[in-house]
Amino acid sequence: MTKVEAIIQTSKLEAVKDALHEIGVEGMTVLEVRGHGRQKGHTEFYRGREYTVDLIPKIKLETVLPDAIVEKAVQAIVTAARSGKIGDGKIFLSKVDEAIRIRNDEHGEGAL
Amino acid sequence: MRTWLVLGFVFVLLCAASSLAAQTAPAATDNARLSKLEQAAADAKGSADNAWMLTSSALVLMMTGPGLALFYGGLVRKKNVLATMLQSFAMMAVITILWALVSYSLAFGSGNSFIGGLHNLFLRGVGAQPDPDYAGTIPLQTFMVYQLMFAIITPALITGAFAERLKFSAMLLFMVLWSLIVYSPMAHMVWGKGGLLNAALGGRFPCLDFAGGTVVHVTSGVSALVCALYLGKRLGYPKEAMTPHSVVLSFIGACLLWVGWFGFNAGSALGAGSLATSAFVATHFGAAAAVVGWSVAEWIRNGKPSALGAISGAVAGLVAITPAAGFVGPMPAMLIGLSAGAFCFFMVATVKARFGYDDSLDAFGVHGAGGTLGALLTGVFAVSAINPIFKDARGSPLPSGLIEGNAHQLLNQAVGVIIAWVLAIVGTLIILKIVDVTVGLRVTEDEEVQGLDLTQHGEEGYSWEVTA
Repeated sequence: MTKVEAIIQTSKLEAVKDALHEIGVEGMTVLEVRGHGRQKGHTEFYRGREYTVDLIPKIKLETVLPDAIVEKAVQAIVTAARSGKIGDGKIFLSKVDEAIRIRNDEHGEGAL
Repeated sequence: MRTWLVLGFVFVLLCAASSLAAQTAPAATDNARLSKLEQAAADAKGSADNAWMLTSSALVLMMTGPGLALFYGGLVRKKNVLATMLQSFAMMAVITILWALVSYSLAFGSGNSFIGGLHNLFLRGVGAQPDPDYAGTIPLQTFMVYQLMFAIITPALITGAFAERLKFSAMLLFMVLWSLIVYSPMAHMVWGKGGLLNAALGGRFPCLDFAGGTVVHVTSGVSALVCALYLGKRLGYPKEAMTPHSVVLSFIGACLLWVGWFGFNAGSALGAGSLATSAFVATHFGAAAAVVGWSVAEWIRNGKPSALGAISGAVAGLVAITPAAGFVGPMPAMLIGLSAGAFCFFMVATVKARFGYDDSLDAFGVHGAGGTLGALLTGVFAVSAINPIFKDARGSPLPSGLIEGNAHQLLNQAVGVIIAWVLAIVGTLIILKIVDVTVGLRVTEDEEVQGLDLTQHGEEGYSWEVTA
């Protein structure tokens, strides 16, 4: 089982969600986050002082998937989220030790 | 035959007598009806005036709550929103009680040139009877409650200078002392019987201040600066960005201030006649022009006009037109507004940064500076055609301001402004010292970081919790 963490532009959430649903991904968690990679922030004015806001709003989408469909899922995310500009985001993959369904105590890939 | 002649003669006499009687008796009832009519007309005028004055009183109170509370509340960080709003709200409660007990008497009771006496302690003598010195057509109680709303908002304005770092207990003590030591004397000098600066009642240095440019804005604005300097900057200022947590709230507050200000300025006509209209129009035009003044200046300097700038501009214009509202025409009102917008923007964006003082919510930049400018421009643009405040021995109007040929009035305005500055500085320093030694002024560093809502009041402004 692999955890797929994708940090994407806020405007790309709908497209990525739809793309994942289309390949059969059923579970995901979405968080509103702030951060930056190489993308520069923007300046704001307050009472004559200039402030740099360099933590930019992003969406972090997390889903734990059976290894078999991880590559398909990553491809779906990339296609849906890419605009070609700096700030598109990143995807991280990590191994998951165990998954448990709370409702009925199912373990392993069946719980995903 | 003779009998008929006599009877006829008596008959004619009777007719004559009765018609004469008919003429003298109605003359008596005519007078009675006339004086009843005069009384009814006076009552009608009094009712109209009183209706407007009570409405104005409500409008001015609305300026404090929620107008100023929202305006200031939106400008601070989220962790201090309730504390900031409560500082204004507390004035509505505390100053009211103080006014009822003693400070009305100190402001408007008979005394000397600088302060009233204690004749109206506990509002003795303040009832339904008008006081012709102040407002001849409304109950003195109406006048008292109207003035109370001014006494409430003036100290509330100062809270902008020490936002986010003053102890609640210290603020309460400070405000009580400030109301007694600075506000009541200034109000007395400009508006009270025998006041040194009272233009309407023959003061030695008649200062034209229609609704409180010096009494309200200069005193509070300058006191704000003194507080900001004495207390020192907020932790992290100016390096850390301390931007408003909700300009939306400030926007709503500013609009309530604008509408409420009609009560503040037009109500200062103390009646519902054409002077109230004139003040109403001047107020509105001044605010509108100031929005333009500030926004254009900001657009040029920063490349974009901001919502916060626009609403700040409106407030600056309203401040500047306050002393002038019932003395100037509509066109000069716009000029005053336009210059106040640009000037206060300069004060807030350039001067504050240059000198580095942390006047957190720009109480000095807008009220102190705007009020000073407005008070001086009143001396320029006041005309007797709008308000014949100065009269000669025969009762004919004399020129009011510079554009009418009375250059001397500018000096009187300056005297008023200087007295306001000095009283504010000296009074505030003394009060700060007293509060510092007794209760202590600033919250601890930990408390300041945690926020005043939690540490001073044990609550949170917005509890959008994780659990439903």
